[in-house]
Amino acid sequence: MVTFIYFNYMITENNNSFLRIEREDLQGLIEALAESGYRVIGPTVRDGAIVYDEVEKLDDLPAGWTDEQQPGSYRLKRRDDRALFGFNVGPHSWKKFLHPPNLRLFQAKRNDKGFEISNDNQPAPDLVFLGVRACELHAIAIQDKVFINGPYVDSVYGERREKAFVVAVNCGQAGGTCFCTSMKTGPRAESGFDIALTEVIETDQHYFVAEAGSERGVEILEKTRTRKADESEKKKAVEIVEFAASRMGRNLDTTGIKELLYRNHDHPRWEDVASRCLTCANCTMACPTCFCTTVEDTTDLTGDHAERWRRWDSCFTTDFSYIHGGSMRVSVKSRYRQWMTHKLAAWIDQFGTSGCVGCGRCITWCPAGIDITEEAAAIRKNELQRENKEQQDGNA
Amino acid sequence: MNDPMMPSIWRIKNYRTETADTFTIDLVNEHGQDGMTGMHFQPGQFNMLYLFGAGESAISISGDPRNKDVLTHTVRAVGTVTRALARLKRGDVIGVRGPYGSPWPVVEAIGNDVLIVAGGIGLAPLRPVIYHLIAEREKYGKVTLLYGARSPVDILFRQELEKWRGRFDMQVEATVDNARQGQTWHGNAGVVTGLIPRAGFDPSQTTVMICGPELMMRFTIIELQKRGIEEDAIHVSMERNMKCAIGLCGHCQLGPEFICKNGPVFRFDRIRDSFRKREI
Amino acid sequence: METLEPLIAEHPFFRDLPREYIHLITGCASNVRFDAGQYLFREEDEANQFYLIRQGKIAVEVFTPQQGRLLIQTMGAGEVLGWSWLVPPYKWRFDSRAIELTRAISMDGKCLRAKCEDDPRLGYELFKRFSAIIAERLHATRLQMLDIYGTSE
Repeated sequence: MVTFIYFNYMITENNNSFLRIEREDLQGLIEALAESGYRVIGPTVRDGAIVYDEVEKLDDLPAGWTDEQQPGSYRLKRRDDRALFGFNVGPHSWKKFLHPPNLRLFQAKRNDKGFEISNDNQPAPDLVFLGVRACELHAIAIQDKVFINGPYVDSVYGERREKAFVVAVNCGQAGGTCFCTSMKTGPRAESGFDIALTEVIETDQHYFVAEAGSERGVEILEKTRTRKADESEKKKAVEIVEFAASRMGRNLDTTGIKELLYRNHDHPRWEDVASRCLTCANCTMACPTCFCTTVEDTTDLTGDHAERWRRWDSCFTTDFSYIHGGSMRVSVKSRYRQWMTHKLAAWIDQFGTSGCVGCGRCITWCPAGIDITEEAAAIRKNELQRENKEQQDGNA
Repeated sequence: MNDPMMPSIWRIKNYRTETADTFTIDLVNEHGQDGMTGMHFQPGQFNMLYLFGAGESAISISGDPRNKDVLTHTVRAVGTVTRALARLKRGDVIGVRGPYGSPWPVVEAIGNDVLIVAGGIGLAPLRPVIYHLIAEREKYGKVTLLYGARSPVDILFRQELEKWRGRFDMQVEATVDNARQGQTWHGNAGVVTGLIPRAGFDPSQTTVMICGPELMMRFTIIELQKRGIEEDAIHVSMERNMKCAIGLCGHCQLGPEFICKNGPVFRFDRIRDSFRKREI
Repeated sequence: METLEPLIAEHPFFRDLPREYIHLITGCASNVRFDAGQYLFREEDEANQFYLIRQGKIAVEVFTPQQGRLLIQTMGAGEVLGWSWLVPPYKWRFDSRAIELTRAISMDGKCLRAKCEDDPRLGYELFKRFSAIIAERLHATRLQMLDIYGTSE
């Protein structure tokens, strides 16, 4: 029996003291976590992108790298400093550690009575997520609603989620496809972390302002070399995030967006975006909240052993909605519309929150550069014109 | 906590061929709780049936909810899994998880006339309702079953339909799209919507339950509305691709609804907007 | 024929038809009965009447060389059979047979056509009622053609 307690993060006066950690002492934080039995996962440079993988030392982090992002474009560039978190988000999200892309649901073996089914789920690994951005904290909170707050609980997700130690990092810059301020998900990490860091770089100093968000966060910080942050350091940390907030690459007007999309099911813009969409499913794979899966069944050559696997799936395939006789969403238009309407509208009805956190991954990683903020704006703009026209007609 | 994706093992106690492509299996759970070999379920709910190595299929329960000895499913062999299920025989085992989904409004219908409109295999998920209504007949007003099938040989549960038709306390009308010479058929021909004028019900006091192809449901609703039935008195059972049956895989979405956990039975006014949108 | 007037007036097909028209068309009406198995008409026969079914059940069938009789529609009390009398060349396109003892009122098509020519308002009223039936049959036929209960393969 697993008891799920997730939101044991607490911000109290006592814990809410801000600490200063020198850049080089962040190594000590990683070691303290490793000594507590965690495997630390953090950003690292691989194949020309910043991805999430195991990190053991500061050198594993993308020191001195930044990313330049635009619709359909992602480039790493050198920074002129030694920033460890001087970038935004890459193609990976933490969902691959909480909601595995491939998961064996069970094995079945033939026996004299027919067959038997067993589940060999391994215990969840103890992972640290180092460098979780505010938008990603919100993405995790959204997946919590999907997987553990409903009538049925995904126990694999639940166990991994419960164990994960979250080290958030506030953003000091905004990417070209970022719009977290529109979605009210950033750039400051407000809750849902064990420790939150803000990286401060000045000509003569380079340090982190740290704050604990949970008891275990406090414990780890106690094992790390720190000193109390003074007022100017705390102020600096706040200003850095405010700067990032002022530099959003994109904007999405969410006013009445649910009703807007529901009533524009037949908007001509869907045809327009369908002419550009390749239905490659990149957006759904890169999205930190997309949760759809399919199942696959296999048997070995003897036919005595079968397995059932769960894999990430995408609503951009025709198979996704197939029932005997055919697919429910044959046109590209209907599949893009399903994805975007689900993300920005239906999600609100289903889970009480938007499914979008404004991280911009779907824009950056779309090979056709389709921009969800632009598509939403196009529908809103045309609709506004129609309403204005009706108004004019009414006045005439 | 039990993993909701893990099936339990059930054995086929009986296998009956219903029509050329439809069959019924009675299952028993030899390891059921409290010695119960059947399953507690509500009319309209479904199970995920797992066939070794082939996969799962969502199949509605077609048996009597009062029968605690067997779990009955009627399956139409149209896909990979269901075709493979059709080849099973008495004594074979399959995996079952469930029951899932929303029930038909048999409780809300108490005191009302009940009109059931079924098409093709759509009679299967409604059969538990009919068993329930017969068992508690005094609680309901007029009960009418209108059933449409492709041809006389495609009629599901024919003997039972004839038995129900013989009762004095329910009206049963069946119709086929067409009938060939030599197919014993003394019933009606024509579409199921054509039977609606013959059904006796009080539009202000009627609960309607419809299950069949979406097109048939659409036309049935139009006919009912012409006769003064309100949208909130109509209930439909929807079908979409389902993988998990517990609202986690995303496949069965219909607008904001997950068919598996919010449905499959919906009050029509609650899904009206999605029902009329294309490719939603 | 006075006795048929109330029967015609209470048939759903003529519901709310003005009394004077009921009276007028009663002159074209006659009471008929068909035993089970008896044909009302056959394909290619002259279509000189339509039937207000009062009781029983009739089948509309088509004969195909390979499959024999193919049943395509049944009708019962309250329904109307036949509209070929409205459209030249006034020939039945299908067979019709009583499945059980059927009582109906037969309306003489030639007689009605003449009355309609004389009184276009009656003609329009009848055509409105028949076009509703024709439209309904066409909808039903389209649905049947779709074979909605069949598999798509």
